Amino acid sequence: MVLAESGFSSPRNDAFPAGLRVLVVDDDPTWLKILEKMLKKCSYEVTTCCLAREALNLLRERKDGYDIVISDVNMPDMDGFKLLEHVGLEMDLPVIMMSVDGETSRVMKGVQHGACDYLLKPIRMKELRNIWQHVFRKKIHEVRDIESLEGFESIQMTRSGYDLFDDGHFLSGDDTTSGRKRKDADNKHDDRELSDPSSTKKARVVWTVDLHQKFVKAVNQIGFDKVGPKKILDLMNVPWLTRENVASHLQKYRLYLSRLQKESDIKNSFIGMKHSDLPSKDSTASFGPHKAMNMIPDDVPNSTYSFSASNSQAQNVDLKGQGDLKGITSAPMAEPKGALSVDIRDSHEAKSTQMSFDHSLGSVDSAVSFASFNSTTPLQYPWTEIPEIQFKQECESLHLENGFSQLPLPGPSMIENEANRSRIEVKPLLDDCRSNFVEHLGPVGAEDLFPIQSKSQSLNNQVFDLISATKSSMKTQDVGLNYLADSEFALRNLNASCVGVPLATLSEDLQICRLQGDCYPMNYGLQDLECSTYDNPALMAETPFHLYDVLRFDHEHLFDPAEYYAIDQGLFA
Amino acid sequence: MDLVQLQRQFVDYRTSLYHEGFLDEQFTQLQELQDENNPDFVVEVVSLFFEDSERLLNELARALEQQSIDYKRIDAHVHQLKGSSSSIGAQRVQKVCIAFRNYCEEQNVEGCLNCLQQVRHEYSLVKTKLESLFQLEQQILTAGGSIPM
Repeated sequence: MVLAESGFSSPRNDAFPAGLRVLVVDDDPTWLKILEKMLKKCSYEVTTCCLAREALNLLRERKDGYDIVISDVNMPDMDGFKLLEHVGLEMDLPVIMMSVDGETSRVMKGVQHGACDYLLKPIRMKELRNIWQHVFRKKIHEVRDIESLEGFESIQMTRSGYDLFDDGHFLSGDDTTSGRKRKDADNKHDDRELSDPSSTKKARVVWTVDLHQKFVKAVNQIGFDKVGPKKILDLMNVPWLTRENVASHLQKYRLYLSRLQKESDIKNSFIGMKHSDLPSKDSTASFGPHKAMNMIPDDVPNSTYSFSASNSQAQNVDLKGQGDLKGITSAPMAEPKGALSVDIRDSHEAKSTQMSFDHSLGSVDSAVSFASFNSTTPLQYPWTEIPEIQFKQECESLHLENGFSQLPLPGPSMIENEANRSRIEVKPLLDDCRSNFVEHLGPVGAEDLFPIQSKSQSLNNQVFDLISATKSSMKTQDVGLNYLADSEFALRNLNASCVGVPLATLSEDLQICRLQGDCYPMNYGLQDLECSTYDNPALMAETPFHLYDVLRFDHEHLFDPAEYYAIDQGLFA
Repeated sequence: MDLVQLQRQFVDYRTSLYHEGFLDEQFTQLQELQDENNPDFVVEVVSLFFEDSERLLNELARALEQQSIDYKRIDAHVHQLKGSSSSIGAQRVQKVCIAFRNYCEEQNVEGCLNCLQQVRHEYSLVKTKLESLFQLEQQILTAGGSIPM
C-alpha cells in the first residue's frame, strides 16, 4: 500500500507494513532479544539498544531512519517517559511504551506523555504485529493536521481579506491579518510543526504560520486559478524552499480548499434540513432560517427578510455579532442582562442546526452569513429600536489580527443572564462568523444593541437563527462558499477551543466581545437578508468574523485575539 | 533409553513444569519463535535470563546488607528481575517479585530479606529444571530425533 500523501515515500512502501523500521529500547537483555526476534518475525526491520541515550543518538543521527520506537518504561539512564517526550518533540515518531508493571497510573502517565500505546510484559507476538497501525495513523493525522491548519489560517485570512474577494478568490489579503493574529496567538501553533508529509524523504519543511502566509500571499497574488509551484516559489522568495515543498503544500492547500467547498455545499443542504427540524424552544427562538419565520417575534415583520426565518434570527444574531465593533462594544456590553437573553437552551438547538459546523455553532454561522449581506431594507426587528443595520462592507474588517472583533452579538445573546445559561458553544462559531462578517457589519451603534436587548428573550435563539440564516442564505446565494467553508473551518477549529464555555459569563463577555481594534461598522441590513438581493456577493464572503467573535461569550477568552487564537491553537496542538 | 522414550520423557517433563507453575505461556511463545534461523533461540534467551538474574540477585543481596537500605534501588532491581522472569515465563520467580516489591514499598527489611531468600530459591529451582529440560532436548537431538512441540 503506497501512502503517498502520508509520506510513506520510502522504498518499503510497497510491502507496508513489512519493513517497518522499529527501534527497540530496553535495558533487559532477555527482552531485547525476544522482542528483536518477534519483530523480525513480523518482517519488520529491527534495531535494538539498551540505553535511552543511545536510542536518542541513533534517532538523531538518522532523523528519518525509523518509523516507530518501542521503549521500556524503566531504564537505568533515563526514565522511559522522558525518552518518550524527547522522541515526540524532536522526531515526532510514534512511541510505544512497555512495562511489566501494568498499574493504571503508569499507563496513564504513558498516555499523558504521548505514548501511542502501552504494552504489558510479557508481550505477545500478536501485539507486536499491529504496531504499524500507529505509524499509519500518525501519518494520516499529519496530513489532516496540515489541512486543518491551513483551514484555520485561511479563516483568519478570510477575516481580513474579504474585501479582495472576487469570483472564486476567496483568499484575499489574508496574510496580514492571519499573520498578525497568528503571531501573537500562536506559539502553540507554530510549534505544531506540520512538516510536509509528502516530502518526508527530504528535509522536513515546517510550514510555519509565516511561511504559509507567504505562500498564500503568493497564491493570491498570482491568482488562485493560475498558480503553479514555480510561480509561488518565485514570489515567496524563500531561498531554502524547494519547488517540491511548494508543490506538495499547494496540493494540500487545494485539497483543503476543495474540502471547504464541499463542506459548505453540504452545509447548505444540511442547514435546510436542520432548521426544519428544529423545534423552537420558545416562540422566538427559532433556529435556523426556516424557523425564523416562526420565531420571529410578532412584531417583527418578515417581509423584509428574504430569509424569513433566517432573517429574524439573523437579526438577533447580527445585532449581536455584528461587525460594528465600535458600536457593539459599548452596546452590548451595556446591557447584558435581559437585553439579549439569548435563550441558551436554544443553543443546543442551534447546535443541532449546525450548519456545517461540527458544533452547534452552526447557527452562528448562518448569522454570520447574514451579516455579510448587504441589506438595504431595514429589518424590522422586534427590537426595532435598532437602527438599520446595514451591512457595510468592511474591507478592512478582518483585521482579525487583533483577534476577533467581538461582536457584541454573542454577548447579548449569550448573556444568558439568568436563567438560561446554556452552554453556548457558539463561541467558536462566532469566531468564524466573525471573520466572515466582520467586513460587512455596518456600524452598529451601541443603541443598536440595546434594542436587541429589549427583545432579549426573543433574541435568545435568534442569534443562532440569524447565524444560521445568514449561513443558509449565503449558501443559497452561493456566495462566498469558500468563505463559509473557511469560516466554518475556522469555527470548527475555534469550536474546538471553545467547547464547553459556559454562557454564564455572557454579560461579561459582551464586554469582552468588543473588538479590539476591529471596529467594523456593522450594518446589519438584515432587511437585505434576502438572498436574492445581494448586491455584492463578495461582501458575503467577507462575513465578518466579528460576528463570531461576539458570540464568543466566553469571557475567559479575553479579547485578545491573539490569545484567543493561541487558545485555539493550543487545542489543535 | 530409546528415542521415543526420550521424547516422551521430554514432553512429560515439560508439561509438569507448566503444571507446577515453573513455566507459563511465555515459554511456549519462545519455543514458537525458534526456527531454522535461530535453532538455539530458546537456549540463548534462557541463558541471558540466567546471567541477568544472577547479577540482579547479587545486587539485591548487597543492597540489603547496607546499613541504611536504599529501598528505591532495591525496588528497581526487583522490578528488573520481575521483567526478566516474565520474559521466559518463569512464573514462580515473577510471583515472588511481586511480593518483594510490596515489602519494599513498606520498607520492611525483614520482609525483603525473606523475599530475597525466596526468590533465590525459586530462581535456582527454575534454573535447574530448565537445564534438565535442555539436556533432554540435547539427548533427543543427538539421538537423531526432533523435539516434540
